[in-house]
Amino acid sequence: MRTLVFAEHDNQHLKGETAKVVGAAQALNAPVDVLVAGYNLEAVVAEAKKLSYVERVLVADAAEYSAQLAENLALLVHSLSGEYSHVLAPATTTGKNFLPRVAALCDVPQLSDVIAIESSDTFVRPIYAGNAIATVQSSAIKHILTVRASAFDAIEHNGNADVVVIDSVFISENSSFISAELTESERPELTAASVVVSGGRGMQNGENFALLEGVADKLNGAIGASRAAVDAGFVPNDMQVGQTGKIIAPDLYIAVGISGAIQHLAGMKESKIIVAINKDEEAPIFQVADYGLVGDLFEILPELEKSL
Amino acid sequence: MKVLVPIKRVVDYNVKIKVNNEQTAVDLNNVKMSMNPFCEIAVEEAIRLKETGAVSEVVVVSIGSSEVVEQLRTALALGADRAIHINSFEQLDSLDVAKVLKYVVEKESPDVVILGKQAIDSDNNQTGQMLGALTGMSQATFASKVFFQDGGLHVTREVDGGLQTLALKLPAIVTTDLRLNEPRYATLPNIMKAKRKPLESLDIADVGVTPHSSLTVIKVSPPTQRKAGIKVDNVAELIDKLKNEAKVIA
Ligand SMILES: Cc1cc2nc3c(=O)[nH]c(=O)nc-3n(C[C@H](O)[C@H](O)[C@H](O)COP(=O)(O)OP(=O)(O)OC[C@H]3O[C@@H](n4cnc5c(N)ncnc54)[C@H](O)[C@@H]3O)c2cc1C
Repeated sequence: MRTLVFAEHDNQHLKGETAKVVGAAQALNAPVDVLVAGYNLEAVVAEAKKLSYVERVLVADAAEYSAQLAENLALLVHSLSGEYSHVLAPATTTGKNFLPRVAALCDVPQLSDVIAIESSDTFVRPIYAGNAIATVQSSAIKHILTVRASAFDAIEHNGNADVVVIDSVFISENSSFISAELTESERPELTAASVVVSGGRGMQNGENFALLEGVADKLNGAIGASRAAVDAGFVPNDMQVGQTGKIIAPDLYIAVGISGAIQHLAGMKESKIIVAINKDEEAPIFQVADYGLVGDLFEILPELEKSL
Repeated sequence: MKVLVPIKRVVDYNVKIKVNNEQTAVDLNNVKMSMNPFCEIAVEEAIRLKETGAVSEVVVVSIGSSEVVEQLRTALALGADRAIHINSFEQLDSLDVAKVLKYVVEKESPDVVILGKQAIDSDNNQTGQMLGALTGMSQATFASKVFFQDGGLHVTREVDGGLQTLALKLPAIVTTDLRLNEPRYATLPNIMKAKRKPLESLDIADVGVTPHSSLTVIKVSPPTQRKAGIKVDNVAELIDKLKNEAKVIA
């Protein structure tokens, strides 16, 4: 049987998660097809074709898919699912949104946030905000998984897959797109950056995040935040790192004015190197930090920016 | 209009959980249990919609042993009107839960079903979406804003790139994100009053669902622990370590 990987993209670019999920799919030892569903997809398809290991790129290009609504995406993927034993999507907000509908339409369970594939029917996933790791075996006829991209290495980009056009178009009768407010940033994406500088409640307000930007600029880093900083309105929701925000594993994570609640750690503790800057030497973040610096962030950050 | 809110009893979010010695499950003996935080947000949203006058009845439902009645009573104390307890001793997967909820949806015909986006034990983030597929209802997951508009719902969702707003025809499913609202606390008089609110009990066999998960947990292990590293004295030492020891910056 074959594996179908749902491609993450914004109708313009293929997102890095896709190559990582294809990387994960290699462990299944089966041919891999990638589905690109959206609107005006030329550029995305060109990028997807290059993914190594991929045999076919299925392209569903229609205005009806431009907002990637769950209802018709699920019908589309369900309609294609017959020849696949495994259907994988990255555990992004898009994947989490539509894939459970596919599983229900196929009458099989879904495994969410898979971090390791042990065999074609045995998968590893975190539970309790990553405080326990479950190994789960499935006897279902089909395996439907969202995959935590940060846990896998990306596949290379030297393939040349065949393109197959999918003609059937499904519509969402009961839901429609109204608007989007997407955060524009020149910085690398939080989920793709090798350096992330995050601020918490200790930053005190949104303006002070400029201090983090100064450091991030020097390191070509992305900016993240704790839930407390997002809830307080310092920064937008898409910057939240944690159990219910983004789950990332950069080479270097610098936590500034963040106490280190388990829900925050769930989103960043797989980082290669963690640095914590906090004025409270008892803060739990120091228990996971490779390098801790106790002190006032308002003194430390300008000095750090200058010294880099 | 009627709102249905399915809720789940889970380990309280403040509990630091441990894996049992046999490495087969998380040890749930003598730990504090509570309503899943995202379900609390769902209950709160339903009550707020009722307070605006747009909704006339809020029904809560939970599946599990008789212990889940505690969380149903909490929801009644917060302002729900009526509760349904579906008795089940088995561990259900999200698909089975969605099948049970489909039965409840068919029986109650709610205009809106509000669920938490995920439970903090299994972290699955599936049930609302699966219920949507089984009932053919539209959905808006990860909601941070919900209001009635033009005979339907407008829902703003927290997505990876920022925010997205959808229009849904009714009946519709909403799953809650953290910033949708801040749940209230139950007051003592309301806790007393909740004891007299109607609570119906059914057996899972009565709803026509035979739990049958094809998933078997073969092992539960603790995560690899990160060791605490060292404290550095100043910025210069930090930069030196990052450059020369960790080699993560140039
Ligand atoms: C269901 C659920 C899901 C959640 N999901 C998430 C999630 O995804 N992500 C997340 O982050 N949280 C999440 N949380 C919230 C989490 O429990 C914490 O409340 C939150 O992470 C705290 O954020 P913080 O560390 O910024 O704030 P605080 O805990 O208030 O810590 C602020 C820190 O800043 C330090 N500080 C203050 N001033 C200075 C200064 N001048 N210099 C240096 N240090 C200073 C303080 O010493 C303190 O350690 C969730 C909670 C629940 C219940």
